[in-house]
Amino acid sequence: MNFDFSDDQKLLRDQARKFLQDKCDRSLVRSILEDSEQNYSENLWKDIAEMGWTGTAIPEEYGGLGLGMLELCVIAEELGRSLAPTPFSSSIYLFAEFIKSYGNEEQKKKYLPKIASGEFIGTFALSETNGTPRPSNIKASVNDGKLSGEKAPVNDGEVADIIIVAANSDNNANHNSLSLYLVEKDDPGLSKSSLETLDPTRPACSLNFSNVNAEQLGNRGEGWSMIEDIFNRAAVLFSFEQVGGAQVSLDEAKKYSLERFAFGRQIGSFQALKHKMADMYVKIELARSNAYYGAWALSTDSNELPVAAAGARVSASDAYNYSSQENIQIHGGVGFTWEYDCHLFYRRAKLLSLNIGSTRQWKENLISNLEKRNIV
Amino acid sequence: MDFNDSPQEAEFRKEIQKFLETNAEKRSTIADKPNDKGPQIAVAGAPETVRGGKEAADEALERAKEWQKKKADAGFAAILWPKEFGGYGGSPIQQVIYSQEEHNFFVPSGYFEIGIGMLGPTMMVWGKDEDKKRYLPKMITGEEIWCQLFSEPSAGSDLAGIKMKAEKNGDEWVLNGQKVWTSGAHFADYGMIVARSDPSALKHKGLTYFFLDMKTPGIEVKPIKQISGTANFNEVFFSDVRIPDSQRLGAEGEGWKVALTTLMNERLAVGDPPGLDFDQIFEATKEIEVEDGLAIKNSEVRQKMADWYVQSRGLQYTKFRSITALSKGQTPGPELSISKLVTASKMQDVSAYALDLMDMSGTIHNDKNPILKNLFQNGYFFSAAMRIAGGTDEVLRNIIAERVLGLPQDERPDKKLPFNELPSGKN
Ligand SMILES: Cc1cc2nc3c(=O)[nH]c(=O)nc-3n(C[C@H](O)[C@H](O)[C@H](O)COP(=O)(O)OP(=O)(O)OC[C@H]3O[C@@H](n4cnc5c(N)ncnc54)[C@H](O)[C@@H]3O)c2cc1C
Repeated sequence: MNFDFSDDQKLLRDQARKFLQDKCDRSLVRSILEDSEQNYSENLWKDIAEMGWTGTAIPEEYGGLGLGMLELCVIAEELGRSLAPTPFSSSIYLFAEFIKSYGNEEQKKKYLPKIASGEFIGTFALSETNGTPRPSNIKASVNDGKLSGEKAPVNDGEVADIIIVAANSDNNANHNSLSLYLVEKDDPGLSKSSLETLDPTRPACSLNFSNVNAEQLGNRGEGWSMIEDIFNRAAVLFSFEQVGGAQVSLDEAKKYSLERFAFGRQIGSFQALKHKMADMYVKIELARSNAYYGAWALSTDSNELPVAAAGARVSASDAYNYSSQENIQIHGGVGFTWEYDCHLFYRRAKLLSLNIGSTRQWKENLISNLEKRNIV
Repeated sequence: MDFNDSPQEAEFRKEIQKFLETNAEKRSTIADKPNDKGPQIAVAGAPETVRGGKEAADEALERAKEWQKKKADAGFAAILWPKEFGGYGGSPIQQVIYSQEEHNFFVPSGYFEIGIGMLGPTMMVWGKDEDKKRYLPKMITGEEIWCQLFSEPSAGSDLAGIKMKAEKNGDEWVLNGQKVWTSGAHFADYGMIVARSDPSALKHKGLTYFFLDMKTPGIEVKPIKQISGTANFNEVFFSDVRIPDSQRLGAEGEGWKVALTTLMNERLAVGDPPGLDFDQIFEATKEIEVEDGLAIKNSEVRQKMADWYVQSRGLQYTKFRSITALSKGQTPGPELSISKLVTASKMQDVSAYALDLMDMSGTIHNDKNPILKNLFQNGYFFSAAMRIAGGTDEVLRNIIAERVLGLPQDERPDKKLPFNELPSGKN
């Protein structure tokens, strides 16, 4: 057993951290937050692509670096720490993983090199309802290769060049007919309207499809199991982003608590705050360890993945939501100002914990996977 | 990153399994057979609840000693100890593998952990060679049981506040005072004790550390009845107890330093999850019915169980991270404090929630209890102790805040004054 990243992976982490400190400081994050015209930082996206990060886990034959999922986990943590305002999760954790796992050779050749180079941004469109997406509440459908329906929210939908859409094949809205389709942004039947989100550095839109050209991805009728599989993979990567953000929330709470005085002493010397920060630490360490386990399962294609991914996701959402919320509390009044950065993490924490399904839903996944596999 | 056993680890695991299968009875996570003993809750110094009075307790102790002897003969009783004292000379990962496997068997526990886990390692650091040779091997075989005489009525979390008097008289020390909460003192053969040798020195400076024979004249052990109804810890009174200076560990006035060695090992030793965790409540929810059918099908129950699962496995994986650090020659620090902090509260939550699920029948606390043989009823009481013993929740949070996160220490009026000028309240 060796339950740690390798020296090379740690080196990659250090490089990524330095790079993002330089290219993605808070003023860059705020420039996207405060400019409703900008959906992401194009400069940062270019820089990231030049570093090869977008192609980290894409095989060399498709233009990627051909490194593994562990390296992608390392990068995810750093993106989470720096609050990077880019479509990385939509394009890499979701779109690229769908194509890698379920695309045919032609689709891989067509899309992966452009995704790896950052030239193309991909995303995934699933939700249509207020509530948990399920096969039974997906109304979008495809007839004779033409897709119609409406999806919202679609993360990074406004800037996506290519979108994977979950829809029923042949108008038949039963479970077995859910399939995945590829739709290109220029189709005349596709219209977009932007949505405000909890965290404007991670934008979303609603997409309307009216007889749009749709190319099937993966086997017909197997949409739901493909979604579950890719969400499991993405959950591990999201959990690393979340752990990264949670750690910075704790670090900043600690820093402020040492600088601010009340009643003649540092507020960080009050036990109520010390114990709160100890609780953050505990949640973050548990989340980090669960994420490591997820990373191992992901990188080895272990059949532990569904359980490991759900565990990582539940733990990381808890750690980040708690740490970002209590970070505001530890700051007092200034924590509620636009000027201080606490809200950046508070926004991102909640948004990330909803993006690929709520904590509630992942807890349910966890228990049902434990039941299924009866591993305990 | 590799979660699987290496070939050597797999081989070691096989060896352990073979030993356990030949020598112990396998148990299920739940008590599914009428005479299955089921999961047990026992931690250092607190063997599983023994009903049936002194006779049954003596019998249980004999069985425990027999088992310990077998384990020691096979070399597995102290995996981390050097071979010369009867240990296995093994690595932390081997220790974990052993514990994982032993967990699946019904074996007595709660008698020897304080010695092997905390006091033996203290003697290894501070003892003389002849003492190590004399005492350590018998600690492992279970022939001699040891207890930890630290806490006093006026000194628990604030351990350095102890008052037990140690006065030097020629080649001897004379001890007078009282210890309390001493687990296992009623069956221990030896003990390690911290006492105040100089009340006019600063609080942490005037302490000296000894080991002693529990049969030394002047020692009186009185069991204390606990909220669980049994008595695993004791008051221990000392009146003119004479012990030779050769039984001192560390220099005169250096007792605090020696005590820290013990406490550091305590943190490594405690926190191994006892048999009441996610797995047990998961099994129980498949048997208990709530308003809409089996508890396992109820969405609120599932949500709660997911939280306990990620805590439980998160701790396990944190331990693996620490062991990986150890195996690379790094020292895992006080982050190990999270283990008991999380385990104890989780056990309390799980127990209380399981009783809730049982509804009216949750009140039944006798051996006829159909669900898991009283496991959750026992856990309900026992977890309350776990949150206090070996460092309270609050003290552990202080340790994390101060030593891991580097936050300021609490105001400490006691650091500047000689011990005998310090303010003291009740006790
Ligand atoms: C089952 C059991 C077995 C035990 N076995 C042994 C044994 O074998 N040998 C032995 O020597 N001792 C043993 N103990 C004693 C144990 O170590 C002490 O009970 C423990 O350290 C707490 O000390 P106390 O009981 O004096 O409580 P106190 O220290 O008086 O604590 C009372 C309350 O004050 C809080 N508190 C105290 N200081 C602080 C602080 N600085 N910041 C915030 N809150 C604080 C505590 O958290 C607690 O809530 C055992 C205890 C139990 C319950």
